[in-house]
Amino acid sequence: MDVEGPVLPRSIPIEKQHSNERLKRDSRFLRGTLEQSLIDPVTGAVTASDGLLTKFFGIYQQDDRELRDERRRAKLEPKYQFMVRVRLPGGVCTPAQWLALDALAQEYAGNTLRLTTRQTFQFHHISKRQLRAHIRGIYAAGLDTIAACGDDNRNVICTANPLQSPAHAEVSNLARRIGERLLPRTGAYREVFLGTPSGSLPDDEEPVYGSTYLPRTFKIALAVPPQNDIDVFAHDLGFVAVVEGGEIAGYTVCVGGGMGMTHKVSATFPRLSEVIGFCTSSEVLEIAEQSMCIQRDYGDRVDRAHARFKYTIEDRGTNWFCDELARRRGRALQPARPFIFETSADRPGWMQGADGRWHYTLFIENGRLSDLPGRSLLTGLRAIAGVHRGVFALTTNQNVTVAGITDADRPAIEALLRTHGIANDIRASALRQNSMACVALPTCALAMAEAERYLPSLINRLDDIVFDAGLADTPISIRMSGCPNGCPRPYLAEIALVGKAPGRYNLYLGASVRGDRLNALYRENIAEPQILDELGILLRRYAEEREPGEPFGDFTVRTSIVPAMLAGRDFQR
Amino acid sequence: MVSAWERDEWTHAPFDAAAVERLRSLIAGLDASQRLWLSGYLAGSAVVFGGHTPSLSSNGALTQSASAPRFTVTILYGSQSGNSERVARLLHDKLKERQIESTLLDMMDCRKSHLQAAQKLVVIVSTRGDGEPPERALPLHELVHSPKISRLEHLSYCVLALGDSSYEKVCETERQLDARLEALGAKRIRTLEECDVEFEMPARRWVDEVLPLVGAQPGAGTIPQTSESESRTAKISTAYTRRNPFHANILVNQRLTGRESSKDVRHIELSLEGSHIHYEPGDAIGVVPRNHPNAVDALLDGSKLDAAAPVRVDSQTVDLRRALLDHFDIGPVNPPLLTRYAAAVESPQLTELCESPDRMRRYLYGRHLVDVLREHPPTMLNAADFAQLLRPLAPRLYSIASSQRAATDEAHLTVSVVEYDSFQVRRRGVVSNLLASLGAGSATAPIYLHRNAGFRLPADPRTPVVMVGPGTGVAPFRAFLAEREIVGGGGRNWLFFGDRTFESDFLYQSEWLDARNRGVLTRIDVAFSRDQADKIYVQDRLRENGAAVWAWLQEGAHFYLCGDAGRMASDVHAALLDIAKNHGALTDEQAIEYVTRMQRDRRFQKDVY
Repeated sequence: MDVEGPVLPRSIPIEKQHSNERLKRDSRFLRGTLEQSLIDPVTGAVTASDGLLTKFFGIYQQDDRELRDERRRAKLEPKYQFMVRVRLPGGVCTPAQWLALDALAQEYAGNTLRLTTRQTFQFHHISKRQLRAHIRGIYAAGLDTIAACGDDNRNVICTANPLQSPAHAEVSNLARRIGERLLPRTGAYREVFLGTPSGSLPDDEEPVYGSTYLPRTFKIALAVPPQNDIDVFAHDLGFVAVVEGGEIAGYTVCVGGGMGMTHKVSATFPRLSEVIGFCTSSEVLEIAEQSMCIQRDYGDRVDRAHARFKYTIEDRGTNWFCDELARRRGRALQPARPFIFETSADRPGWMQGADGRWHYTLFIENGRLSDLPGRSLLTGLRAIAGVHRGVFALTTNQNVTVAGITDADRPAIEALLRTHGIANDIRASALRQNSMACVALPTCALAMAEAERYLPSLINRLDDIVFDAGLADTPISIRMSGCPNGCPRPYLAEIALVGKAPGRYNLYLGASVRGDRLNALYRENIAEPQILDELGILLRRYAEEREPGEPFGDFTVRTSIVPAMLAGRDFQR
Repeated sequence: MVSAWERDEWTHAPFDAAAVERLRSLIAGLDASQRLWLSGYLAGSAVVFGGHTPSLSSNGALTQSASAPRFTVTILYGSQSGNSERVARLLHDKLKERQIESTLLDMMDCRKSHLQAAQKLVVIVSTRGDGEPPERALPLHELVHSPKISRLEHLSYCVLALGDSSYEKVCETERQLDARLEALGAKRIRTLEECDVEFEMPARRWVDEVLPLVGAQPGAGTIPQTSESESRTAKISTAYTRRNPFHANILVNQRLTGRESSKDVRHIELSLEGSHIHYEPGDAIGVVPRNHPNAVDALLDGSKLDAAAPVRVDSQTVDLRRALLDHFDIGPVNPPLLTRYAAAVESPQLTELCESPDRMRRYLYGRHLVDVLREHPPTMLNAADFAQLLRPLAPRLYSIASSQRAATDEAHLTVSVVEYDSFQVRRRGVVSNLLASLGAGSATAPIYLHRNAGFRLPADPRTPVVMVGPGTGVAPFRAFLAEREIVGGGGRNWLFFGDRTFESDFLYQSEWLDARNRGVLTRIDVAFSRDQADKIYVQDRLRENGAAVWAWLQEGAHFYLCGDAGRMASDVHAALLDIAKNHGALTDEQAIEYVTRMQRDRRFQKDVY
């Protein structure tokens, strides 16, 4: 390999590393005993170690936590089920793919689909018996689930809708190419889930990753200013397109962002990435790979809570990183170029793209696609997919853009949106339209409190305040997470509620709408009455005292309600 | 008579010659079941007494061992994050440095027997949330609050709580546990210690303080000489019968089927404390039946019979209502009863019906006595004449689902609650509904032991066994497996289980999984009839695994079948014949001969009902 020189942390004997490292090494490139686990009819689960390996293939073993205790008493194992996440670089799929995934949701996944905060689809409630058939169904649609979780490069995300402009298309294409380049090469997925034998097992099946893959996940995001819908600073590696006269001149590179933390453990914190320079389009693939390889070699493999790239950058500094990157590439980055972000929100509704075609961004509350009385999102989008001739572009704010609609086709799409009751509700507050929540209970093993099932009703109550204060049309971002790991990027929300225990949340305030400032802890471990009281006071005060155009997050910092949280290391101090 | 094997064993026995003589003559006077019971008693007492077993000297007197008595320290931990486990390990290691053995145990895995065997108990729990016990602590929480645990006087204990003061009800669970242990008679050796999020230093200090406390010898009188073990030696058996039943406390009444199941199957634990009932795997418990008052009243209402009229039952006189409650079957009607009834009420219509067995059968399908009476009222009959026609109410036998060596003073039953509708009326099985209605901790069930000598484990614990037990037929195999585990011997165990759905009808699923993980359950194959388009049953799984089943049989395996006497039993029997033919290369006749010989040799035993 290309590494020489300094003694790497990797050289710590594997026996002293986290047990997951041995597990990966001994798994024969992620095969483990998955084959036996999947056919064992006595349990709906796979073994604990196989459960870690399936993550590399976007498959999470979960169980219905609300039934756990009842079933334990009944001497039944937990109601195990699998969550399956599709790899969808850039978040783009065709209408045919949409229909295929929708059919799989009906057949195996409890008739519901979820759009994630990383621009892809997620299925829930899949039983072990049906898991292989489900994965094969996804594959038959020209998609897969490889590296949708696990210690590898995750789904590469980018500013939504490739059809908005040629620059957007180029960035979307680049996201796809990065995803391909950093895709694990193991034949385990084909063998175990698709039933295609790989023949003999090569020793160097993973020339880039090696047998122990990465210390933890690695996340890459690409933004096209002035939109920062993807929260580019929230990821391990970010590329911000520099668009000059409609053409992409290159990318500003930033490293070391990430959301996750553990409550009250001050050594863990969300961190925004730092700008380290500029590169041309042709250098992006190499920089992505080399950055990932630096983390592969220097990331902490002993303490998984400290294993993310953001801590490697925090501990060693960006100067070290730039030097190491330059050493590996044989040349340094160019000086960074300026860029301006205006918002991290999506723009719901109709807009016209550079080529004259139309795009409709449909607000999906918490990304949940299902058929509810009066709002048949699943059926409605199925009907649209049946006639649509463009693409579907998923956003990292859990919405979907029906993209590339000609003037001629627009009335038909509009009619379908209306007849299925799914068109954006013009009466919905801007607060609701800027809300996000993770899945949390009952399936997520990490959740300490409700999120997706609770946030809509909390917003019903907050809406009373917001409408009353005249803030119905003022976009204020609110994000709820069932645990501090931060899937819905809560630490970049103007209002964040992070679960501590059933019904109890930490309240954070003060992030910027541009995605370049974290929020700060305002109240700890509070329940709904206090949440409503505290936010009621602040929102009314904001309505009266805000400066023209001043977002809520900026207001709370300017008026010293919370301090400006500039560095992650201060987040839990 | 003493076999050569027994002689050899005695030469290595840890007794002097005089003690050997006394023991051998004592044992020689015991029959097989008494020997089996005694072996279980001794094995059980080893658990209860721990390392502090009094030893038998040559003069036969029980004496305390000369060396310093050892005692057991049990460290229970429970957490999601692993913090309490780390503290538990620290204590464990430090005790080890002082040559004090301790047992580390996850709260999830703590059973009644652990609390009975422990003398010093250290509990370390970390909680978050608002006073609800954390998931891993729930089983222990439930156990100490259940009727299964009445006293813990032999126990000394202390509790460490790792909490998070940002929660309102921090350490609530630990406080409750600490108080409950005291209420049960356990002796608190240190007050509850509560730590906040920064627990490392205080927890280390606590460990150092607790060390001398749990490391100290227990005071006199703390050796668990439970009254239960003493009373057990007093009598070997007492004959409880249907007429003289033992009233067993209900300790657990737990539904086993998941919420989406079409069936209600219960796991019922009965307390045999004070009964001197000693059972063996394969035995059954008879439950004295009693009709539901509503069913009796419905029958009386429909019949216009005088509920207070005297009726003779077993040389006693009781009123009709009492007789119907306790003595007569008022459920489904069989052809002889209908014929008797038709004659007694002189109904031409019924008499005509009874002339054709076929029509009679069709008429009786789904009808209970109450329906017949409603359609053909007993106008000509008085209460005594009516009662004379009826069949006695039969007791219901349930295979015991526990091994007494493991469950000591408990007997477990697996009860399918029979409920169905016919003629728009809800019908309920008499005994299963009686049992299902009994609340744990308050109610008792009238029971007696029913020996089932025809359904017994192999005498040699090394012999492999194949067990086929679909539905509640799996009950005795739960007992078999527990028995084989505690006896040891290493014999392989293979279970075939079947039911409707994997998700909701897999009776005792988590126990089978645990047993498989421990290596006791060598193989388990399952058939769920409603999980796919084609119905799959246990006999299909037997055939699929025919080669392996045949190999086990060739190695001397015993083959057991328990469950529904209807189609399943004959289908499994047929599958066994097929296996003998296909994998043993036997002709039809030879296969029949083979299976018959297995039955004759008691290698193939059935308990079907």
